[in-house]
Amino acid sequence: MSTQPATANATSEEEPLSLALSIDEEAAHSVIGDVPAESVMETFHLNVYYGGFHAVHDINLTFGKNEITALIGPSGCGKSTVLRCLNRMNDLVPGARVEGEISYHGQNIYAKGVDPIAVRQHIGMVFQKPNPFPKSIYDNIAYGPRVIGMKVDNMDDLVEEALRGAALWDEVKDKLKQSAYGLSGGQQQRLCIARTIATKPDVILMDEPCSALDPIATSKVEDLMLQLRDDYTIIVVTHNMQQAARVSDRTAFFTAKPDETTGNRTGLLVEFDRTKRLFSNPADQRTEDYISGRFG
Amino acid sequence: MSSAATTAAAVTTSTLASGRSQDRDLRSLAFLGALWFSLFFGVAVLFALIVDTAISGAPRFDSALFTQYTQTFDPERAEALAATGRDPKDLSAAYTGFRSGIVGSIILMITTALLAIPLGVSAAVYLEEFASKTSRFSKVVEVNLQNLAAVPAVIYGMLAATLMAVVGVQRGIAIGGAVALALLILPVVIITTREALRSVPDEIRQGSLALGATVWQTTWRQTLPSAVPGISTGTILGLSRAIGEAAPLVMIGFGAINFAPEFPFVTSKIEAFPLEIFNAASDSKEVVQQAASAGIIVLLAMILGMNAVAIIIRNKFQRSW
Repeated sequence: MSTQPATANATSEEEPLSLALSIDEEAAHSVIGDVPAESVMETFHLNVYYGGFHAVHDINLTFGKNEITALIGPSGCGKSTVLRCLNRMNDLVPGARVEGEISYHGQNIYAKGVDPIAVRQHIGMVFQKPNPFPKSIYDNIAYGPRVIGMKVDNMDDLVEEALRGAALWDEVKDKLKQSAYGLSGGQQQRLCIARTIATKPDVILMDEPCSALDPIATSKVEDLMLQLRDDYTIIVVTHNMQQAARVSDRTAFFTAKPDETTGNRTGLLVEFDRTKRLFSNPADQRTEDYISGRFG
Repeated sequence: MSSAATTAAAVTTSTLASGRSQDRDLRSLAFLGALWFSLFFGVAVLFALIVDTAISGAPRFDSALFTQYTQTFDPERAEALAATGRDPKDLSAAYTGFRSGIVGSIILMITTALLAIPLGVSAAVYLEEFASKTSRFSKVVEVNLQNLAAVPAVIYGMLAATLMAVVGVQRGIAIGGAVALALLILPVVIITTREALRSVPDEIRQGSLALGATVWQTTWRQTLPSAVPGISTGTILGLSRAIGEAAPLVMIGFGAINFAPEFPFVTSKIEAFPLEIFNAASDSKEVVQQAASAGIIVLLAMILGMNAVAIIIRNKFQRSW
């Protein structure tokens, strides 16, 4: 605190909370509301660094079974970083370092000896931009089960099941051998969801799955998410607060705190609660400001 | 008067429709002329060279150019010539062909491709998909690759010749030349393969990895197949550079050969097309020089054909992600 200018304290009443407190003090302010009884994944004191840059500070979250948990917050608040830690996709970023623990059914997936490949076979991921493989629709679905060595009695049945599961079967059943690139953006995104569920994961991570889609395609994907909730645990990052309010059971709100000296923004958790309560009666002023559109 | 009104008043017929274009004043035209000259200088010289060579080789665009060996003595023709009272030696010269060179160069290209493609593609795959991008090792390799691409061909010839001597094989055999040419085009193959791999979007890799595929599976089943058009284009362009090379083959000890290569071709003595053309062009007989001119056109056609194939592959499989 000694590096801080003397005027900082004098003006602290007008300054936003984030400048007056250290990041540890602020993280201690996190409001953890109603936590799911039956959890699939939990993070304990999750800190993520990219090289010397502290991206995410001390995140403690619990993801409930057969629930949709939404991660919301302004740009740079680390919500995507947290999501990508949950199936160790962050391992692929050069210089990324994770501290703390992420437990999946009680097992720390960052423990020594844990194979990230095996983690990803249980925890699937759907990306922001639809990214079908440059192959046929059929091969897009069959790829996952083939590479992970799944025992499949009848691949045709599995492909149909996955496409039905993603509400895409009726639209593509006559053109399974055609390139996936011929599909519309919304269909491509549902194909990516079908591709993910074909490997029968437990958890599906979605990184802003609708941000590249038009409103009609978005509502189809949202309907699909609600449908998939019966069988899967879903964790979704979204920029769209209405979407979080529409589909999620619980919401975690993140914010970004700039470092006083470097200006680098570190993400931290502000509030985590049932979506209904978080949107109707937020406990933290920053949550209220964000969801009422006053910042972010 | 407001500034807008001043501007409006200044815009009259005389200032806008002056009948002249400032892009077409003397300086601009002079500059444009200089650009056109630079462009046509290169193109015109090349065109003149090709036409001149084609004219001087015109009498020799016949099948003998492909089927005959260099100045081989053909008893049947000699007999026919003896009947007309001419010197049989002239006739054999007049029917000189590049069969051994063409066959030799084809063997050389196939062997070179078999050596350079697996090595080059594997090296590029390692550098792009497996090696840490930020490590000092990668940076050193990167700089070295760029430099290797600029090393004169003769140097690779010397290297391959030394290599062959160390191994203890005969001079002038196909594998020696192929090693030299493969070394020559290896940097080109590596660089173009890396570019092709880099053009495959990361989303494809991430999509595959997120399904639980290994890096190896992702590379083998997604990235490499998507990069095949780029890889083949680069490889063919590299080979078309190699097919015209003569210098490294001289170092390897390629010489004039008037017989068909024996199976297995890689250990057979062969002759390379550019070398054979060089020898023919420096022959004292005019008929042989004619054949050399025709041979140059054939070699050019082969190179242009390979480049055309590369362009066709690139256009046909071009994908916008």
